[in-house]
Amino acid sequence: MPTIYIDDQPYEVPEGDNVLQACLSAGLDLPYFCWHPAMGSVGACRQCALVQFRDEQDTQGRIVMGCMTPVAEGARFSMQGPDASEFRSKIIQSLMLNHPHDCPVCAEGGECHLQDMTVMVGHRKRSYRGRKNTHRNQYLGPLVHHEMNRCIACYRCTRYYNDYAGGTDLAAQGAHDHVYFGRQQDGVLESEFAGNLVEVCPTGVFTDKPLVNDYTRKWDLQSAPSVCVGCALGCNTSVGERYGKLKRIHNRYNTEVNNYFLCDRGRYGGNFVNDESRPLFAGLRNQQQRYDAIEQQQALDTLAEWCGTGRRVAAIGSPRASLESNYLLRRLVGVENFNSGMADHEAALLSQVHGLLASNGVVTPSLQQVEHADAVFILGEDVTNTAPRLALALRQSVRSKAFELAAELKIPVWQDEAVRVLAQQQRSPLHIVAMSDTRLDDVAASTAAHSPDDIARLGYAVAAALDNSLPAIEDLASDLQSRAQQIADDLRSASRPLVISGTASQSAAVIDAAAAIARALSQTDKMLSFCLPEANSLGVAMLADAQQPSFSELTRRSNNGEIDTLLVLENDLYRRAPQSSVEALLKNAGKVVVLDCVDTATMSCSALALPTASFAEAEGTLVSSEARAQRYYPAFLPAEQRQPAWQWLKQMGQQLQPARFDPLPHFDDITAACAADCPALSRIAEAGPNAGFRIRGLKVPRQPHRYSGRTAMLSNHNVHEPKQPVDEDTPLAFTMEGASGARPGALLPFVWAPGWNSNQSVHKFQSRVGGPVSGGTAGVRLIEPQQEVSHSVLPPQPVFTASDAVLWLLPLHRIFGSDELSARAPAVAELVSQPFIQLNTTSAHRLNLNEGDYAILSWADTRCEVQVQINDAIPDGCAGYGMDLPGAAWLPPDTHASITAADGGSDV
Amino acid sequence: MSADSTSTYLSAAECTEIDHEISHAPTPAAVAIDALKIVQAHRGWVSDDSLTALAEYLGMSAAELDGIATFYSLIYRKPVGEQVISLCDSVTCWIKGYDRLQAHISGRLGVGLGETTADNKYTFLPAPCLGACDRAPVMMLGDDLHQDLDEKKLDQILQSGSFNKGGEV
Amino acid sequence: MSDRPLTININAARDATDINGYEATGGYQALRKVLAQMSPADCLTAVKDSGLRGRGGAGFPTGMKWSFVPMDNVSPGHKYLICNADEMEPGTFKDRLLLECDPHQLIEGMIISAYTIQADVAYIFIRHEYHLAIKLLKQAIADCHARGYLGDNIQGSGFNLQMYVHSSAGRYICGEETALISSLEGKRANPRAKPPFPQVSGLWGRPTIVNNVETLCNIPHILKHGGEWFQNLGIGADAGTKLFGVSGRVKNPGCWELPMGTPIRELIEEHAGGMQDGYQLKGFLPGGASTDFLVPEHLDLAMDYDVIGKAGSRLGTGTMIILDDQTCPVGMVKNLIDFFAQESCGFCTPCRDGLPWSGQVLGDIDSGNGIPADLKTLQQQVKFIGAIGNTHCALAPGAMEPLQSALKYFADDFQQHIDGKACPYCDTPAVAMEA
Ligand SMILES: Cc1cc2nc3c(=O)[nH]c(=O)nc-3n(C[C@H](O)[C@H](O)[C@H](O)COP(=O)(O)O)c2cc1C
Ligand code: SF4
Ligand code: FES
Repeated sequence: MPTIYIDDQPYEVPEGDNVLQACLSAGLDLPYFCWHPAMGSVGACRQCALVQFRDEQDTQGRIVMGCMTPVAEGARFSMQGPDASEFRSKIIQSLMLNHPHDCPVCAEGGECHLQDMTVMVGHRKRSYRGRKNTHRNQYLGPLVHHEMNRCIACYRCTRYYNDYAGGTDLAAQGAHDHVYFGRQQDGVLESEFAGNLVEVCPTGVFTDKPLVNDYTRKWDLQSAPSVCVGCALGCNTSVGERYGKLKRIHNRYNTEVNNYFLCDRGRYGGNFVNDESRPLFAGLRNQQQRYDAIEQQQALDTLAEWCGTGRRVAAIGSPRASLESNYLLRRLVGVENFNSGMADHEAALLSQVHGLLASNGVVTPSLQQVEHADAVFILGEDVTNTAPRLALALRQSVRSKAFELAAELKIPVWQDEAVRVLAQQQRSPLHIVAMSDTRLDDVAASTAAHSPDDIARLGYAVAAALDNSLPAIEDLASDLQSRAQQIADDLRSASRPLVISGTASQSAAVIDAAAAIARALSQTDKMLSFCLPEANSLGVAMLADAQQPSFSELTRRSNNGEIDTLLVLENDLYRRAPQSSVEALLKNAGKVVVLDCVDTATMSCSALALPTASFAEAEGTLVSSEARAQRYYPAFLPAEQRQPAWQWLKQMGQQLQPARFDPLPHFDDITAACAADCPALSRIAEAGPNAGFRIRGLKVPRQPHRYSGRTAMLSNHNVHEPKQPVDEDTPLAFTMEGASGARPGALLPFVWAPGWNSNQSVHKFQSRVGGPVSGGTAGVRLIEPQQEVSHSVLPPQPVFTASDAVLWLLPLHRIFGSDELSARAPAVAELVSQPFIQLNTTSAHRLNLNEGDYAILSWADTRCEVQVQINDAIPDGCAGYGMDLPGAAWLPPDTHASITAADGGSDV
Repeated sequence: MSADSTSTYLSAAECTEIDHEISHAPTPAAVAIDALKIVQAHRGWVSDDSLTALAEYLGMSAAELDGIATFYSLIYRKPVGEQVISLCDSVTCWIKGYDRLQAHISGRLGVGLGETTADNKYTFLPAPCLGACDRAPVMMLGDDLHQDLDEKKLDQILQSGSFNKGGEV
Repeated sequence: MSDRPLTININAARDATDINGYEATGGYQALRKVLAQMSPADCLTAVKDSGLRGRGGAGFPTGMKWSFVPMDNVSPGHKYLICNADEMEPGTFKDRLLLECDPHQLIEGMIISAYTIQADVAYIFIRHEYHLAIKLLKQAIADCHARGYLGDNIQGSGFNLQMYVHSSAGRYICGEETALISSLEGKRANPRAKPPFPQVSGLWGRPTIVNNVETLCNIPHILKHGGEWFQNLGIGADAGTKLFGVSGRVKNPGCWELPMGTPIRELIEEHAGGMQDGYQLKGFLPGGASTDFLVPEHLDLAMDYDVIGKAGSRLGTGTMIILDDQTCPVGMVKNLIDFFAQESCGFCTPCRDGLPWSGQVLGDIDSGNGIPADLKTLQQQVKFIGAIGNTHCALAPGAMEPLQSALKYFADDFQQHIDGKACPYCDTPAVAMEA
C-alpha cells in the first residue's frame, strides 16, 4: 500500500486507487460530482481538485483532479491550501450560475449532493449578474420525474443509463452551456433500471415520481433496513415511511448483493403496501358471504375453535412469506400437515436446485462475483425479467475483457472512458439460450431461442463438449453442435466462468444440464447460479421436510374430506394451480383461514381472513437465490389489526399449544427455534443482529436526527403527543435518538453523515470507498460449496418437433406484472402490458393468425381470449405467454394449448 | 431534393450514399455524422421523422443520434431557407465591420440572426471563423465564400441570388 | 532545393490536383525513395533529426510523437494516421492554402507518415466549409489510387494504405485531437482524458497519430532533403519554414511561407505592408485566437516557439491578428471569449459555465455596465480556467490567454469603460467611416 501525503499528513492508501477514492477512504471530505464509485472517473465536473506538488521542495504545485490522478508512492497533495479550495469554490459557483433557487420546492432538497457540496466549499454569495438558462422538462413515464433546469451537467445520468445500464433512449443533447439530458421526445424511459437515476443524479433533475407526488423530505422519513420482495435476489433496500405510508424505497448498500443499484420493480413495486384494498381487520364470513370485521381476540377464539383438538388441520405456507412465519405455521400444524405453498412441479424444481447448490461443488456467486465473471452461459432465462438486478450485474461482467485489455496497457479500471474506448465492442463472452429474445441480447456473443427440451439438449451438448465422459447428444443439428462447441470453448478458456439457469423454463432437464456444465468445468472459480421465482423460494425449499405432503396430496386430502381447517399463509393459490383444482381444494377443506397482507382471490374464499403486515411493517428472514439469509425490519407499525403473520401464528399457538409456543415470546426466539429445527437453516440467526444488539448501549434509530413534527403529526387527532412505540423485537427504535456512526450493514436504515445529507454519505459507512460496510456485510450465506457428490445426468430430452394442432405454452416473464405484488403499486401498474401471446411467423401462418388478432387459447379446462403478437424469436411450435394471462399465473410445465382465431378477430 | 424533408423513409439515393460510408466503417453507427450530412444535403434539414428513420437505419437510438445531431452546429434540426447566409462573426471579421454588415443584412432581409425570411429564401446565421481572415469580412452563401465584404458588395450578392446550393458532403 | 518547400509548387496557373504537374516538379519522389530504400525506423529517425515541431498550435516535436506508437505489432489490428484539417481557430487561414493549392503535397506527406508508423488507414478530417479543398482532395486521392500511390501494395512495396476524407459537421472543438477522434467515430466531439494518449489508444481504441496539415506537408521535403537541410531552413532556433499570416487592419493581409524565426516586425511591416493609414498598432495575437496578446515592444522578437513563449505568449498557428488603436480591446476580447464559450463542448465545468460567465462580465464592461469588482472576477476567472489541467482539454485555457494578457496590457481600457460607464471606442469616427 503506497503512502501519499495530503496537506503534509501521510496516508496509507490502497494500491491502484485514484486520489479522490483515497481521500474519501481516509475520511477526508473532498467534494466531487461526476465520479461514482461504481462508474469510475471521467473528469467532467472538475470539483475534486487538489494541488499536486512535484516533491517536497515544490511549493507552487499544480491543480489536478483527484479522480483522474492515480495514487503513487510518496505523491504529495494539498487539499486545504488556498489554491485548491478556491478552485473548488469557483467550480461550485460556476455550477450555480444556471441552477435555480428552488431548493424549497425541490424534491432533492435536504438530501442533495449539490447542496452538500455547496455548503462544503463555502460558496454563499452570488456575483453572477447574467440570466439563467432554462430548459423544458420531459415526461419520462410514471417512475422518474424530470426537472432539467436543476442540471449541473455532471454527465452521471447518461453514463449510468447508457454505459452502465445499457439503456439507449436517454442521451446528452446539445453542446456548450446548453447541454440537455433527456430523451429524443417525451416518453417512458425504456430501461428496467431507470429508477437508479434518482439516486445517481446529484441534484434534483431526476427524482422519484411517486415520492414527488406524495412528498416527504428525507429528514422526515422513518426508515428501516429491508430486503426487496420483488424477486429472489434479495436486494437490500431502505424503506422510508411517513404518516403510515411507504413513501419510497432506496438502495441499501451491500457490496456483495445489489451494490449501489436496484431494479425498478424493486424500487417502485413496494408501493403495493399503500394499496387501499389491503385488509385492515380480521374478517369473519357471514351467511350473506360477506365479511364482518371482528376483534382480534374473537379472531383468535374462532381459530382456537376451528383448530382445536379433534380437528384435522392442514396448512399451506408461502415462498413469499418469511422463514419465521412459515416455520411457525409448520410448528402449529405439524410437518405432516404442512406444505410450502408451491405446486408440485415448482416444489420439485426448487428441491432440485437446493440439492444442486448444496452438492454440486460449485460456487453460487454473489452479484458481485457475477460482475467479475469472464464467460457466462445462460440457459432458459430472460434474466432481466426474472432476476432483474442480475442482468445489470451481467452487463458489467461482459466488461471483464475491457479490464483485461486495460490492464495490459496499465490503464486503471476507474479510467472509465479510456477503458471503454480501448475495448470498443470487445466483450467477454455471454451466451444466451432462452425461450425468446431477451433484454441482454445486445451484449451477448450469441443468442438463440429454443423450447425447453432443446435448451436442455444444447446444454448437455455443451457439457459433453467439456467432459467427454458424458454421453454425446445424438442427432443435434450441426449448427447447434458447433454452437455448443463454441460455448464450451469460451467457458473453458475463461478464468471465472458462470453458468446461469433457473426455474423460468419449468424444466428439470434445463436445470440439470446447467449443473452438468458447471461440474464439467475444471476451474476452481467456476460459478453456477439459478434464477428463482420468489423472495423466499429457496428458503421454503430449505425448510422443506421429507415428510411434508405435496400440494397435490393436500388437494387430495381436502377433496376426500380429510381436512377440517385449512390455514393459508400469504399465498394466492390461484397462482399455483389450475382454477378448478384450487376451487375444489378450498371448497372441500371445511374452514379456510387465510392470512395475507394483500387481498387475493384465495382470501375471498376464506371463512376467516386475517390481515398481516407487509414486508415494510414486519421483520422476517428471507433466503435469496444466492442462499443468503437476510433480515428485513419494519419501517413502521402496521395499521389497525394488521400484524406480522408470525405474530398471529404465535398468538394462535400460545392459545392452542402453550407448551410449545410460550417459549417463543419474541421474534428472535422463533428464528432460533427454526434454526434449531432445521439443519439447513442453522445459521439464519446470523442474518442480522438480534433485538438485544446495542451500539454503546444504544439502539439504532429509525428517524434521522432532524426528524420534524413528531408532536404535530397527529395533532389533528389528539393534541397529546403519543408515546413512541417500543420495539421489542428488533435492535431498531422508533425514535431519533440512538447510536450513530459505524454499524452493521444489516442495520443501516438510512445513510446520513455530518456534511453529507445525500445518499453519497454511504462512503462514510464503508470500510473504504466501494468496499464493504465497516460494520459488516448484511446477510449470511447458508450454502458454501461442498465437496462435489456424484451426479447422474437426466436422460437427454427428445428433439422437440412443432405440431400443427397445439402449441407448447412457454411463460414469458415481465419485470412489470409477472410477480404477485409489484403490479399493485399504481406507478408499476401503468407499465404492465396487456395479456398477450407471442408466436413466430411460421406458427402464426400455420394457424392463420396475424399480429394484433384476437385468438382463443385453450388447454385443460381453461379458455381465454388473447391478442396475438408476432415475435420471430419464439421457437416454432411454441407460444410465449405473459404471466398475467388470465388464469395462467403458473401454468404447469409442458402445457400444450390449442389456439384458434377468435370470432371477429382475424379476418382470414 | 429527391426526398421530402418530412418523409419518414430514406430515399434510395440517400441509402446508397450512406451505405457507401458504412462500407468502410467498423459499425453503421460510426457513420452517424456523415449520414446526417447526407440526409441534410438531400432534404435541407433533419426533421424528427428523418432522424428517427436514420437512427433505425444505423441501428442506433433516436436519442443517441439526436445527441449527435444537436451537438454539431452544421446539422440543422429546424428547417432553413433555400439559401443559408453564414456571416463570419469571429475576431478579424468583427474588427473589420461584422456588426455593420450584420445590421445591413438584417435590415435588407428583415430577419435577425437565426431567422428565415418570410419568403423562405434565406436563413441568416452567424458563422465561426471561416479561415479567410486575410480577406475579412467574409461570409458564405450556400457553398460559396464571399470575401472583402462591404454593404455594396452585399447588395450585389443578395440581388444576383445566384448561389451554390450545397450538397457536397 | 528550395528555401520555400511548402509553397514551391503553388502556382495559380497550375491545376492544383494535376498529378502530372506535381510529379514533374519532383512530387512523389520522396515517397518512392522511402518505399524503395527506407525502413519505417529510418523515416522516424529522419523526422526526429529534422527537429520538425507540430504546426497545429502546440508545437510538439513530431518525431517524438510518432515514436510513442507501438511498433511491435503484438496486438494485431489497424493503426491510424489522421490529418487535422479542421482549421477553425479564429484568425487562422494557413491550412486552407495548402489544401486548396497543393493537395498532393499533403497526400504524399501522409503516405510517408503512415508508412513510418505503419498505419494502414488514414483520414483527412476537414471542416465542412472547405468545400473546394474537399473536392480537390477527393480527386487527388482517386488519382493516387490510379497511380498506385494508395491502396494495396503501394508501388510494389507490400505497404497498404486506405485514405478517406471526412468532412466535419462544425464545432471548433473537433480540432482538438482527442475530440476529433470522438467525432471520427461518429460521436459527440467530447475530448478524451490523456493518458492514455492516442498514440497508444486512439481511434477505435487503436494506435493513432493526429497531425496538422502543415506538419504533414513538411514530411516529403524532409525525407527528400534530409533533416539537416530542414534544420537550416530556420533562421532562429527552430527548424524549417512556416506559413505565417497577418490579418486585421494592415495594408496587405495575407499568408506567406517564411523561415522559422522571422522577426515579427518583418511580418507586419514588410509582408503585411504595415498598418492601414490612420491606424496604429496597439497589440497583436501572434498565433491565433488562443494566444496571449503581445504589444509593439515585442516587434523585434523572432517567430520561434521558445522566443514567443518567453515573451508570455505562444507561436500557436503562426497566424497573427492585429489589434489597432481604434478597435476596443474589451470588445475584441469579448468577441473571442464568446467564440470559445459557444464552441465549448460542454463537458467540463470551468469551460462550459466559466466561459459564458467571463463573457457576461466582459459584455457588461463593454456596454458601460461594469463595476470595479468585475476586474477581480476576470482575474479570478483567468486563474481558475487558465491553467492546463484545470479543465478537461486545452480549449478553455487557450480561451483565457487573450483575456489574461489584455487585462495586463490594456488595463487602462478596462478601467475607462468602468469609470466612464461607456465604451470609449464607440462612435469614434474612424470606426464608423471604415470601408
Ligand atoms: C480547442 C482546440 C482546437 C484545435 N484545433 C486544431 C485545428 O483546427 N487544427 C490543428 O491542426 N490542430 C488543432 N488543435 C491542436 C490539436 O489538438 C493537435 O495538437 C494537433 O492537431 C497536432 O498536430 P501537430 O502535432 O501536427 O501540430 C487544436 C487544439 C485545441 C485544444
Ligand atoms: S475545456 Fe472542457 S468543456 Fe471546454 S471544450 Fe474542453 S472538455 Fe469541453
Ligand atoms: S469528481 Fe473528479 S472531476 Fe468530477
